[in-house]
Amino acid sequence: MSETDIGLWGVPLAIIAGAIRVSTPFIFVSLGEAITERSGRINLGLEGTLVFGAMTAYAVAVLTGSPWLGVLAAMAAGSVFGLIHGFICRFPRVNDIAIGIAMMQFGLGFAFFLGKPFIQPSAPKLPSIPLGNWSSYPQVQAALNINVLFFIGFLLALFLAWAFRNTRPGLILRVVGDSTDAARAMGVNPDRVRLLATALGGALAAVGGAYLSLYYPGSWNEGISSGQGLMAVALVIFARWNPINCFLAALLFGGTGALGPALQSVGVTQGYYLFYAAPYVLTLAILIATSSPNRALSGAPGELSLTK
Amino acid sequence: MPVIRDTPVLPSGTAAGIETIGMTMRFGSFTALDDVSIRVPAGSFHALLGENGAGKSTLVKCIMGFYHATSGALVVDGREVSVASPRDAATFGLGMVYQHFTLVPSLTGAENLVISRSDVPAVINWGQERKDLARFMERMPFRIPLDRPVRELAAGEKQKLEIVKQLYLGRSFLILDEPTSVLTPAEADEMLGLVRGLTDSGGLTVLMISHKFHEITKFADAVSILRRGKLVGTGAIGDLSTAAMAALMIGDVKLAELDSRAPVGDTAETVLRLSSIKAPDRSGLKTIEIDDLTVRAGEIVGIAGISGNGQKEVTEILAGQRPPVSGTIEVHGAAYGATRAETRKNNVRFIPEEPLQNACAPRMTVSENLSFRTFDLKPDGGQAIWLSKAGMKARATALIADFKVKTASASSPIAALSGGNVQRAVLARELIGDVDLLIVSNPCFGLDFSAVAEIRARIMKARNAGTAVLLLSEDLDELLELSDRILVISEGRLVYETAARGADIGIIGAHMAGHH
Repeated sequence: MSETDIGLWGVPLAIIAGAIRVSTPFIFVSLGEAITERSGRINLGLEGTLVFGAMTAYAVAVLTGSPWLGVLAAMAAGSVFGLIHGFICRFPRVNDIAIGIAMMQFGLGFAFFLGKPFIQPSAPKLPSIPLGNWSSYPQVQAALNINVLFFIGFLLALFLAWAFRNTRPGLILRVVGDSTDAARAMGVNPDRVRLLATALGGALAAVGGAYLSLYYPGSWNEGISSGQGLMAVALVIFARWNPINCFLAALLFGGTGALGPALQSVGVTQGYYLFYAAPYVLTLAILIATSSPNRALSGAPGELSLTK
Repeated sequence: MPVIRDTPVLPSGTAAGIETIGMTMRFGSFTALDDVSIRVPAGSFHALLGENGAGKSTLVKCIMGFYHATSGALVVDGREVSVASPRDAATFGLGMVYQHFTLVPSLTGAENLVISRSDVPAVINWGQERKDLARFMERMPFRIPLDRPVRELAAGEKQKLEIVKQLYLGRSFLILDEPTSVLTPAEADEMLGLVRGLTDSGGLTVLMISHKFHEITKFADAVSILRRGKLVGTGAIGDLSTAAMAALMIGDVKLAELDSRAPVGDTAETVLRLSSIKAPDRSGLKTIEIDDLTVRAGEIVGIAGISGNGQKEVTEILAGQRPPVSGTIEVHGAAYGATRAETRKNNVRFIPEEPLQNACAPRMTVSENLSFRTFDLKPDGGQAIWLSKAGMKARATALIADFKVKTASASSPIAALSGGNVQRAVLARELIGDVDLLIVSNPCFGLDFSAVAEIRARIMKARNAGTAVLLLSEDLDELLELSDRILVISEGRLVYETAARGADIGIIGAHMAGHH
């Protein structure tokens, strides 16, 4: 036994590390989706946007040598996906959920098609901040080596929570999401607000993808996403459309997601695959526990097609 | 102090008078408004009276710029103006409070007020805004909590907030579209009294659309009456009697008359009995508790209350949509769970509010909707497997004729019918055959005089034939006219009971408002 072996302490440490490392894409996708859904529209296509963002970021980082240019390129690509979704949804008799599923498949397929040449080359990684240098344990140092995007995500969640209450765009977004009629009466064009909200949501989802390909796991391949884009939609509902709750839900989800690998690393050999399902089981359990057959979904934007 | 207003023409707090000159509005070959000239002087409280479809809303929509009148002119403060949109109307100081609320439910009152302004800064300085709002509210006669989401406000508070919003935006002329339809008598009196105070002080001119004569005679200075798009009468309130106004309004249509009321026998059977019912309300935060409620054969029991005090939950419990946590529901002395078999066996019928949404399949035909109670029965009463389209159609045709449902044909979708005719169709479906128990909720909401009279007469007729009727309504006049007994529901509990004859509206209103 070496002195750096921390034994069973590795499990909670891995959960904290996982919460920080795995949660970042969830944070960005769910914040993006929260903006879109607050405007009264659902974009189910974020999974496709995420993967396309991952590919774009990786490709641009490979070509330019700058991971941050990759992130910016991913945001641009993501907002184009959002604009397409938002543009199609403004036509009458178009269903946002169906368009979302189509956009998801389109994003996945298009990313794999354009991304083939970039599976081999390796891209520069996004920087992280080592906050664990005070500790002599390499496990602690590794766990507290936190990516810059995580902090940006945290600040973004705080900013959005503030902006929904204290800025004109924030209030207008909530008005549009809650009552199209009231928005029209106010002289606001709801379609334009939703278009912009969907574009912004797409841009943020693509940042989540960039994190996947440029930091963790840090490579581009066709299996890069394990459904983060779809789960984030459920997270937003779970978080009741509140950005700070989105952040916390993403942490919870990331933490439980790290349970399986953590148990495996301390030598549990039986049934740890079951723990890989922990985040999904937890989501189901919480959604069931907080649901009610007699009560309407509280906090849901009134114009959301889920609540109509 | 920053000026909170987007009305540049007149100084805030000054009433504006308006006048329409020969206003005419045609939709194709149909003339909705025919040469209507009315004058509403600055600082007056003018009432606009008329049946549904008489052109009231067309007139106010022309004034507000939603419609562009085919011909005619609008004069504001002595100047002819052209109003192309509600935005234009706002610049002349014209505002409107709609019958349905236009506030955003999830925003607080303060947020609703501030965001409705056209000059909101990108980052809102809530400290300053709150100070300005507090100073503004000091000048207002209304007291409204501005920090709670609008969805938590009572209907009366929402209505006041709508009016406050218009004044906050600096309007000098306000159109109120049936402002008291969702308020208790006491709330309505208070609200209109305060509005009247604003007009008396010269700060506001009001044009109010209303059906309620007692409001008009009490609060308005003058009235204009429309019928079929034409101005049929106008004058100061003192010059026109209520009877004269009613005659002008409905013309020579003969209203259905109520049957005289057959007495309820002492031995009349108890058809419906609710005992110690407890159930969560819609929010899940409060409970509905009905200790004891009985309805006997041949009587109408009315339940009065302000919207949102548990009426909806009570109807849902009776319809089997909301399982009670404890307590019993009995019909004819046996436990009742509102299954299809039980409703059929006990002849229970149900007319929920907004029947198009709650009792119809809007896109199915009138004939299909009319056969929802019977489509799965063979003529001999057994379970049918095959639908008899011909039988359904024949029945529907008979019911349509019997209940005077106006529809293009029995095969039109029921959503194409007007509100009154949907209500008639549902009534036809629910009242045909033997009915032991009828549960009705707000049957006449938003219907015109003749439809209302017809529907009330049908309910009274069912009562006289021995049906036990439970009538939930937000319209006290309706309850007083139809009921034998009136119960008041407040915060999910039955708090007061009185015989309808000789009931004191003041006491009922006080209980509705929660003063018990």
